[in-house]
Amino acid sequence: MSKVSVRFFARYAELAGCSWSAVNLETPATVADVISRVREVFPGTQAMPPRPLAALNQRHVKLDAIVNEGDEVALLPPLSGG
Amino acid sequence: MTHLVTRRLSVEALLAQVQSPERGGTCVFLGTVRNDADVSAIDYSAYESMADEEIERILAEAHARWPDVRVMLNHRLGVIPAGEASIAIVAAAPHRDAAFAACRHVIEEVKKRLPIWKKELRGDGSEKWVEAHDHR
Repeated sequence: MSKVSVRFFARYAELAGCSWSAVNLETPATVADVISRVREVFPGTQAMPPRPLAALNQRHVKLDAIVNEGDEVALLPPLSGG
Repeated sequence: MTHLVTRRLSVEALLAQVQSPERGGTCVFLGTVRNDADVSAIDYSAYESMADEEIERILAEAHARWPDVRVMLNHRLGVIPAGEASIAIVAAAPHRDAAFAACRHVIEEVKKRLPIWKKELRGDGSEKWVEAHDHR
């Protein structure tokens, strides 16, 4: 099992009950796999949409992006900057 | 250098970074907190390290597309009262067309890409996260 860092922001941090954590799963995995694991570990995040926006190592990615040990996945509510 | 600040935005400071005698057209865009629906302030939060990198990427792309234009931006975070600016973008070019185009391009990319979130603070003490489609 590998450890992947997970970050939650804004409303998703409220749903998760934290802003920074880690999950264990087999890697290589996809961002979608990480999100599935997150929904198990942090039940509040089941209220996130089925396909939330995500970033991998600080870049926007699609949910099929490949995640490896030590990577950081961030789950992003709908953006509202500006 | 960070593009994210918690103090009042200074257009003058940004202008000093882009203006020069060969650039005859300068465009300034300010986004300010609106007071609609009893909003007294907006609390802006960000994935700060990524937002800063994303701003760098947006500015680099603008530079690649309009090599003669210099563009800078600052985004303010934290609680911003209605009427004060949350974002300032300045674009200076030899001629106005490129300055307007680059400035417009940068604000549209900011809206699409920056990991920044707004929570509206109302006069009655209530709070509400803003979803992107609520405000364009």
